[in-house]
Amino acid sequence: MSKNVTEEDRQYWTANKKLITILLFIWAFVSYGCGILFVEPLNNIQFFGVPFGFWMAQQGSIYVFIILIMVYAKRMDTIDHRFHKDEEGAGE
Amino acid sequence: MTTEYWTYLFIFLTFGTYIYIGWRARVKESAGFYIAGQGIPAIANGAATAADWMSAASFISMAGLISFMGYDGAVYLMGWTGGYVLLALLFAPYLRKFGQYTVPDFVGTRYYSDVARIVAVICAIFVSITYVAGQMRGVGIVFSRFLNVDVGTGVVIGMVIVAFFAVIGGMKGITWTQVAQYGVLIVAFMIPAVTIALKLTGNPIPQIAFTTSGIVESLNQIQVDLGFTEYTQPFQGKEMIDIFCITVALMVGTAGLPHVIVRFYTVPNVRAARYSAVWAIIFIALLYTTAPALAAFARYNLITSIHGSSISTTAEQVAEGENEVYTLSKTTENGEELNFDWTQGWQKTGLLTFEDKNGDGIIHLAKDESINEVYIDRDIIVLSTPEVAGLAPWVIALVAAGGLAAALSTAAGLLLVISSSLAHDIYFRMVNPKADEAKRVAVGRIMVLAAVLVAGYFGINPPGFVGQVVAFAFGLAASSFFPIILLGIFSTRVNREGAIAGMLVGLLFTAGYIVGEKYFGMPRWCFDISSEGIGAIGMLLNFAVILCVSAVTPPPPQEVKDVVESLRLPDHPGRAIVLDEGHE
Repeated sequence: MSKNVTEEDRQYWTANKKLITILLFIWAFVSYGCGILFVEPLNNIQFFGVPFGFWMAQQGSIYVFIILIMVYAKRMDTIDHRFHKDEEGAGE
Repeated sequence: MTTEYWTYLFIFLTFGTYIYIGWRARVKESAGFYIAGQGIPAIANGAATAADWMSAASFISMAGLISFMGYDGAVYLMGWTGGYVLLALLFAPYLRKFGQYTVPDFVGTRYYSDVARIVAVICAIFVSITYVAGQMRGVGIVFSRFLNVDVGTGVVIGMVIVAFFAVIGGMKGITWTQVAQYGVLIVAFMIPAVTIALKLTGNPIPQIAFTTSGIVESLNQIQVDLGFTEYTQPFQGKEMIDIFCITVALMVGTAGLPHVIVRFYTVPNVRAARYSAVWAIIFIALLYTTAPALAAFARYNLITSIHGSSISTTAEQVAEGENEVYTLSKTTENGEELNFDWTQGWQKTGLLTFEDKNGDGIIHLAKDESINEVYIDRDIIVLSTPEVAGLAPWVIALVAAGGLAAALSTAAGLLLVISSSLAHDIYFRMVNPKADEAKRVAVGRIMVLAAVLVAGYFGINPPGFVGQVVAFAFGLAASSFFPIILLGIFSTRVNREGAIAGMLVGLLFTAGYIVGEKYFGMPRWCFDISSEGIGAIGMLLNFAVILCVSAVTPPPPQEVKDVVESLRLPDHPGRAIVLDEGHE
């Protein structure tokens, strides 16, 4: 490890990686899980008259993707703040 | 006014706007030329990314593909948006922190090797040229159908426009033009979708109409009646493992696309890169959740219109070499006479053809090719929807302008990647590192012009293999860029030897499999995976090779490890790692 990297930096990176892992787990679950691997059993469930597996593959997974990216940006703001990595003048 | 005049008007207005913006945003420095001076606000960059990302394929072809593929079309929806999650979480913030001009810049610096840089340049150029060729086909279709202009002339007009704002404005011009183009394309996509949703289901919001109106059920029923399987039935055209691999290849392939990655270099800082990803996915999802709804509506509408309609016994007198045009009509149950005049324009282009095989004067649509009497090219679904639904001429013209906006915005982003790969990565980094600011921008401009000419050539002489090389482009991006960028950020241990070996193995395996399967009739020996999905396996091989080779060769030098460590921390606003002087 480089001498310039402090203990706080390491914790920041660990927190970041943990967040990414959780979000990517959900990402894989909705797309590969609900949208492909389990689509046939899920199609037996009707979602407003559309088979649920089909709906997840063509609609639901995309909505979840939006939420994941949004949660990432918001949570990273909190993590930045906690580890004093705030940046000036960015964002919305 | 006729559709043609409306189309001329819209194209004139939108093209005029793009040129005006390009002129206003003209630049003098290379930082402005390649990365817009890193001064683009997050929301604007989000819109520009969305326009950059959504090509003629997304606008013109995707809904049509889904319409024909049913459930299986989800590979494009999930593949192209899911890759965006990878990009936003794994690449965008760190590459922005890295703060250089191009993707080969990152590869060359992180792996301290000009060989790695050159391999990256070759991949970037190949992927981009493949894409530009696809955009040109889109431009050609729109011009030939809506303006009766020769395809070649249409392509030349499109190229002149792109060349103008890209050469004058560089990345800055392209970015602001793309923001305008996003506006045009999303309005053009949504208006017909909303109108047709309202017409078919009484609900104006396509996503809600798709889910709750029962139209999917009706469509399933019609399909079964005509001998097709249900629209929602999974794995009809492809096996589950193939669907899985294609989705992986599209996801990681998109995340590795250089023209999209470079968009994140243009924002002020790391936090802005994250928020710009949020805006971009919202802008993208608007179109991507509408497309499957439109696909189902269009299919329903098309089948119920054409199936069972009467066809004229003789084709209209046509000049030699032109396509035959029949007249179609139908009498509804309440005695109303319907004319399908919209089919005639499309019949002329050859993208829609009828053949009354059993000579009974009635059109039959069926799965069985021996009795099916209709051929519909997938690319016309979106463009013809407003006509099929009988919408006003200005809506039809707007769709034409939207298709052009989608094609031109993506083409511009790609041309800049080609230009920066040659002018920055090759000329400045390797041939003449002492080049001053003015000279670097000048070389950049010349390279954009050269790239425009190459793209124009492919537009006028479209390679017959466009559909096949698209699989190539994604496969190569997935199997070459994705693993080395990912590990380059998340591991300090992977080194030059591993990266070069990994890229080469991933590339050669994927390219070999695709070429073998497409051109030499090689059996799909790898789990029966098609060419579109093989990039997923190439990517895994790349990962395996880079990790193994790195483990048995010396670790990277301390300076490189320091660079990687600093990528992970957003603490210094602005450009954190200054590796070269000469800008600002």
